[in-house]
Amino acid sequence: MENPLLLFSLIIFAPALGALVLAFVPKDKPDIIRLFTLFVTILVLVLTILMAIPGQLPVSFDLSVDTMQGASQVSWIPTFNIDYFLGADGISFPLVILTTLVTMLAMGASWSITKHVKGYCILFLLLETGMLGVFLALDFFLFYVFWEVMLLPMYFLIGIWGGPRKEYAAIKFFLYTLFGSVLMLVAILMLYFSSDLTAQGMEAEQLVAAKIVPLQEGSTPELALEAWIDAGKGLAVEYAEKMNDPAQPIHTFNILALQQMGQHTDLFGGQLWGCSIQCWAFVLLFIGFAIKIPVVPMHTWLPDAHVEAPTPISMILAGVLLKMGGYGIIRICYPICPEAGFELRYWVCAIGVISMVYGAFAALAQKDFKRLVAYSSVSHMGYVVLGLGVWSASAGNLYNSDYWNMGIQGAMFQMIAHGISSAGMFFLVGVLYDRVHHRNLDEFGGIYGKMPLYTGLCIVIFFAALGLPGLCGFIGEIFVVLSVWKFSTTLAVISAAVVILTAAYILWVIQRVYLGAEYKGPHEEALTPMNLREVSIAIPLVVLAILFGVFPGILLQYMDPTIDRQVQELVAWQKREKPGELGSTQSDRSPNDTAVSVGVSSPDQHPDLDMTDQQLSLFKRSSPDHQFISESP
Amino acid sequence: MNFNSLVDQAIDNTICTSVPLFGPELVICVTIFVLLATRVLPLVEKIDAFYLALIGLFVALCIPFGGQPWRMLASSDEFARVEIFSGMLVYDGFTVFMRGILLVFAILLLLLVRLSKVFDRRDGTDIYTLLLGATLGLSLMASANHLLMIFLAVEMASVPSYVLAGMRKDRRLSSEAALKYSIYGAGTAGIMLYGISLVAGVTNTLHLPTVATRLATMWPELSVEQTYVLALGGLMIMIGLAFKLSAVPFHFWCPDVFEGASAEVNAFLSVASKAAALALLVRVVIGVGVIPSTADHSTVALAHVPPAVETTFLNVSDEQPGEPSNGIRGVASGPSRAGPAGLRNFMGLLIAVIAAVTCTFGNLAAYGQRNINRLLAYSTIAHAGYMMMAVPPVVAMTSQNIDGAEKAVAALAMYMVIYLFMNLGAFSIVAILRDQLGSEEIADYAGLIRRSPGISICFAVILFSLVGIPPLAGFIGKFAIFAALVDGWKVSGHGYLMALLIVGGINTAVSLFYYLRVVRVIAIDPEPENRRSSEGSLVSRVQFGYVLLVTIPVVFFFFQWDWLSQLARAATTHLLS
Repeated sequence: MENPLLLFSLIIFAPALGALVLAFVPKDKPDIIRLFTLFVTILVLVLTILMAIPGQLPVSFDLSVDTMQGASQVSWIPTFNIDYFLGADGISFPLVILTTLVTMLAMGASWSITKHVKGYCILFLLLETGMLGVFLALDFFLFYVFWEVMLLPMYFLIGIWGGPRKEYAAIKFFLYTLFGSVLMLVAILMLYFSSDLTAQGMEAEQLVAAKIVPLQEGSTPELALEAWIDAGKGLAVEYAEKMNDPAQPIHTFNILALQQMGQHTDLFGGQLWGCSIQCWAFVLLFIGFAIKIPVVPMHTWLPDAHVEAPTPISMILAGVLLKMGGYGIIRICYPICPEAGFELRYWVCAIGVISMVYGAFAALAQKDFKRLVAYSSVSHMGYVVLGLGVWSASAGNLYNSDYWNMGIQGAMFQMIAHGISSAGMFFLVGVLYDRVHHRNLDEFGGIYGKMPLYTGLCIVIFFAALGLPGLCGFIGEIFVVLSVWKFSTTLAVISAAVVILTAAYILWVIQRVYLGAEYKGPHEEALTPMNLREVSIAIPLVVLAILFGVFPGILLQYMDPTIDRQVQELVAWQKREKPGELGSTQSDRSPNDTAVSVGVSSPDQHPDLDMTDQQLSLFKRSSPDHQFISESP
Repeated sequence: MNFNSLVDQAIDNTICTSVPLFGPELVICVTIFVLLATRVLPLVEKIDAFYLALIGLFVALCIPFGGQPWRMLASSDEFARVEIFSGMLVYDGFTVFMRGILLVFAILLLLLVRLSKVFDRRDGTDIYTLLLGATLGLSLMASANHLLMIFLAVEMASVPSYVLAGMRKDRRLSSEAALKYSIYGAGTAGIMLYGISLVAGVTNTLHLPTVATRLATMWPELSVEQTYVLALGGLMIMIGLAFKLSAVPFHFWCPDVFEGASAEVNAFLSVASKAAALALLVRVVIGVGVIPSTADHSTVALAHVPPAVETTFLNVSDEQPGEPSNGIRGVASGPSRAGPAGLRNFMGLLIAVIAAVTCTFGNLAAYGQRNINRLLAYSTIAHAGYMMMAVPPVVAMTSQNIDGAEKAVAALAMYMVIYLFMNLGAFSIVAILRDQLGSEEIADYAGLIRRSPGISICFAVILFSLVGIPPLAGFIGKFAIFAALVDGWKVSGHGYLMALLIVGGINTAVSLFYYLRVVRVIAIDPEPENRRSSEGSLVSRVQFGYVLLVTIPVVFFFFQWDWLSQLARAATTHLLS
């Protein structure tokens, strides 16, 4: 277990091994099958949690490190330089824990599945393998493979165990995602054939950052590079052969190396049909990820899939699968194609805001409880896109990246918070559906009287989704909305107004479903209180919703270093490549700009954009965290 | 040099150089004679022809490597390009590779014919004979180096195929299929022959590398009429190839023949026939677009025949004794060995357009199909389109990056290997289910997963692999070809290669729908009430074992495709150099 690759592989493939074992269990023992599956998901959850606690495992997640941790690789397909390359950092690690947690809870919720239990559990475990693989893969090819591996189990899980229109919903989900991933494949190949490890700009430092050259403690990148070439293992042989020959490029799928190339070389600057390769790659990748998130107008698969999917699958779909889109954008789109990301920042933000508004209005209009929650997901994931896209650093504000940093923090926090609240909402809707077998909002009312504990849990989770201060949804939303002010006032006003729409549809739902005199719909007699299994699934979600609302630092401490580093690298790129371009509109910088001060954000957020340059540099010098900004003239 | 010494050299060349390299084909010829004898001679009639055919194929497979076929991977240097039978055929790594694919496929198909019950023993002997005969023709197609040889090989492969299509004598559809196939085939063969004669008329030769050199010398002062004649000739040859590939618009025979013929024959037509046709396409494109290098010629010549003899001999066969041989050398010694840019662009664009249209049409037409054979027929049309996509980058890269061009052919070779297992798997399942259910309608497969989960899962795996979804090998093939397209675009800067890539990508997404429909019927739809109520699985263990044998590579090659990639690369190393 000393080798992090083994641990990561165990985390990813333990569910797949479990599925293999299940294949040999006779299918007439559903309880054994369910318990075994639950055991496997708990095992994976425990492994990831132990990793988060320092000192529990030989390989644990170090909060102070801002780069990729445990990044290690073995060669898989040498002819294409494809590696089996895994690692985790502050962006992916919280999502891994979210995945294992939501999967475990969803398995707990799967006791209501009674048809073909064996097939269900096998597919469920394969799905978990795919999801974990996406978050841990650092090789683009591997990433793509895991991304696709997820599709097959999901198709069957919706298509076999879903509701009345399951086949339609399943194939729609499959087609949309496959279309997106085909575009992604085109972009991957474009980037791969443009990449070159030996290019000008890919110096020792970049190779170390890409985890291609291992850096020993106390050594310099240059020495490490020499030692690596001298050792002559694997890629080093090819590198030594081709390092001085520009006609012989070494292509790579290494995501970290591609990030370095995107930021330090102009390899992706070639032209195709009037746009740069970067630009095409960014757009194609963004569409692929946007379908998964999903943003308007590629969102139409989501309500159908959610409504037809069984409850546990809805939980996973909303809790984990949607996050992959956001993860892809933050991990791949921006670092690899910074120029395109910079040029298209208004488009990205506008798409995010449109999703927020459209999703909220659509949610207001729904009559089906699950459809409403599905549209609320569209709206909430819009915050993620907006937060990721707020590239507000500009020459005009001395490349102050604090607000963009905050936007990304908000987006990441929102992903986790939404993973908790939406999984909770879908589960709670499922609890109600199991009893009364309908989801028609007009026929509910008075649930509070019949199921008081259930209603209490529901109200906490729904308020968490609404963004009530003190619950997890608030932190992400407020970070994102605040960060937008420095970027575009118009978008900020609209996105702030969405909070009202969110409050409207959530409060209205609470009023229509839980309040009221008495329940008059069908199956009134079935409204029994939650059983122990249901309570024990809801409680962890409620506890986490409150915990992250009150102590967001628990979560932010994992993400902060990585996000800081990534933002600073991108802004450093901007300073080099785009000097003098104003990132934000001047009108946004009114003299009476109110100070933004959020106690729970990282301690080095300073609302000081409107000081004079001199003041600013003086001020920044006093703050050691901002060495980067103090370099300004 | 008098006639006698020329004949002596020709005999010497044939016996010392050509015949040893032609061993597997000769073994197949002998096997065919033996098989025919079992139908005629009372003494050997008792012997089961299946075993004779199997032994013959095994010997043919093992003979080129002294009984060690795996040496292929280690020794790519052994396969330097050699022209055999005075330039009629070419022997190189690609020849060996294609022959290997065809023989392995023939062995697997033989087992399938044996396992399924549609042909009785007497028919079996006929089938084996025809299969071997067609395989011989296909093997010649894959190594053809002479336009006349191309025509002969295509005919040699086609005639047994017509008979195979009509082998289900109890079905009228089968006879219709055979008739349609043979009329169509005869027509396109005639057109192709005419095209060959036009090209020969302009270039005064039929030997492909000589055609390339002549075209290169003639290109600058080509008159307009000559250009038209050449273009027409090229198009007509392309029609013959397109028929074998079932490329649009010469695909009409394909669904009807597939519906009428048995699934076993369909597997043969879709895999072996198509693979050989693609190999031939590559041969023609390279043969016409790339001028053979002098260096290569001389090394080969040093090793095997005196150089003067070879060139002179070629000229004799071209009926152009007066042509000085240094004309050829002069062009070839230039820095770029690529043929004229105009010619290559014409070929590249033509094939790209045909590939894009074929792929799109195949995928769209498959939507409405209810018969599994027809659906798979359109699926093979679409796959022919995907595979043809590997050819334009080969053409585009020949002038700048020979290595890249060879990699593109290697991508095609990889796709062929994977496609072999995917399509053979699909048709073997169709054949086995046909024996059990008595139906080839997709609707009759409803709920099959409850009855025979093993074979249903195998079918689903194969269908998803045909879509090209990881972690299944079908993805590797598509990935390699798409990678070749991007590589070709990066090297040559031709935007149409990227357009082709996008067409291919969107087609992948589109194709999902109809493959998934079959999976849905099998896995999600309820079982019909009237299915034979006998308990247990529909397929026997041996049959399931066979299906598993064919399906496992579809999964395995995804995880170990480096091996496959190296094999394909070894096969194509000396293709252009």
